Amino acid sequence: MAEPEPKPERYTGETLPAWSLPAAASAEIGIGVEWPERVTREWALGGSTGDGIRVCILDSGVQPDHRLIGELEGAVALRKTDEGEIVVEEDTEGDLAGHGTACAGIVRSLAPDCRLFSVRVLGAGFKGSGAILLEGLRWAIGQGFDVINMSLSTTKKQFSGLLHELADSAYFRRSVLVASAHNMPVESYPWRFSSVISVGSHEEHDPLTFFYNPSPPVEFFARGVNVEVAWIGNATVRSSGNSFATPHMSGICALILAKHPELTPFQLKSVLYLIASNVGGAA
Amino acid sequence: MTENLQAAVSAGVMSAEAEHRALLQSIVEVARAIFSAKASSIFLHDEEADELVFEAVAGEGSDSLIGMRFPSSKGIAGWTLVTRQPLVIEDLKEDPRFSREQAESTGYVPEAMMSVPLLHDERSLGVLQVLDRSLEIEFSLSQMELLGLFANQAAIALDLLQRARHARAVLAESGSDAGVVARVASALEDLDEEQREPVLRLLAALDDVLRADVSF
Repeated sequence: MAEPEPKPERYTGETLPAWSLPAAASAEIGIGVEWPERVTREWALGGSTGDGIRVCILDSGVQPDHRLIGELEGAVALRKTDEGEIVVEEDTEGDLAGHGTACAGIVRSLAPDCRLFSVRVLGAGFKGSGAILLEGLRWAIGQGFDVINMSLSTTKKQFSGLLHELADSAYFRRSVLVASAHNMPVESYPWRFSSVISVGSHEEHDPLTFFYNPSPPVEFFARGVNVEVAWIGNATVRSSGNSFATPHMSGICALILAKHPELTPFQLKSVLYLIASNVGGAA
Repeated sequence: MTENLQAAVSAGVMSAEAEHRALLQSIVEVARAIFSAKASSIFLHDEEADELVFEAVAGEGSDSLIGMRFPSSKGIAGWTLVTRQPLVIEDLKEDPRFSREQAESTGYVPEAMMSVPLLHDERSLGVLQVLDRSLEIEFSLSQMELLGLFANQAAIALDLLQRARHARAVLAESGSDAGVVARVASALEDLDEEQREPVLRLLAALDDVLRADVSF
């Protein structure tokens, strides 16, 4: 059975200004970031703990009070009602697969003082999962999270247009969307969109090591092989996959944003490039 | 009707299901051997029931699992199907819920699992899993790539199996012209070469008659 068509309406009711810059206004658009002569890792994230940055884990839920994760700022689950409406409810079940807990644990390990929020879009079965994923992302963007971790993707072309629009909305509203690239040679979304930070795996062990990929669409490679991660039941497991590289990148974004909250997603991506291990951040 | 006729005939000609099952079985056997694993399974997603069904199993539990079903929302296989992302997990016994559920449903609790979606065009058809691969070699991205290659092969086989089943269903429903043609095609497949020769001559003659511009 085909999945239901996604709603075609635009995400936001943003009011549209004139897209121009009068001469009198040019002095008023300061960029709010004092850039050093050379952007270093120390400038970008040295001493940061991700304090105050709101990170959303869009996944299978997160086990509350896991010893490696601690307190969640909140948790919701999306569900389709018998009438076919998708509703957002407080999540009382936690993680149904283990995966969201793993992602949350990785973000927490890098950015211990960030504020974690779980949005469960998986676990209710396959049917309608694409529509729930879209609504979950739409909801998360509406909440204005600083970072949204998406260790999942869809291969359904019917969703790509709306996902693209949502990804752009996030980008313009300063929600950084960090998305897993596919481990297999298939077309899937939203990681292929240039408004997101797309992540594949490398095999090194240092959680802060990441590489810029000069041959996109995958833009960055982060640690994703043999990672010790939090799992259901206060457990840990060792796991591999781009799914786990992505929260590494989300954690690094949280560290940078905590130190430089004025950064737009474009500027953040520029910083990531400049401090990538194969660019200027090997030290 | 033309499409149904085509599907029905192809089902007959390919005498489908048994061969596709054999192909799936061969894929799990090879996957198990290549990764020196204890078991390997292929699950098909039954869209109508929204369940995953064991279609092929090699190794531990292979006798009893074929046909066993569980909800597509369940566990790591369900996650792999829905997210379409491969996942490799080791030290799974630490997860008490997983161990219990797995033991209840399959009688076998693995410590390590590689789980990869079977993607064909835009569809997620099922999941391939390799259980308890040899841990002598640390997992690497090249193994992930190898797993992906098996998954591609399994996805094609699974797609063929689904098409064959669909064709069979069409055949069973129609019971009319398409059924006759498919039964003839299927019976022809079963004949040995000596028996087939005269039947083929007869069919060729029939073909000539049908193609001739003759009004009956």
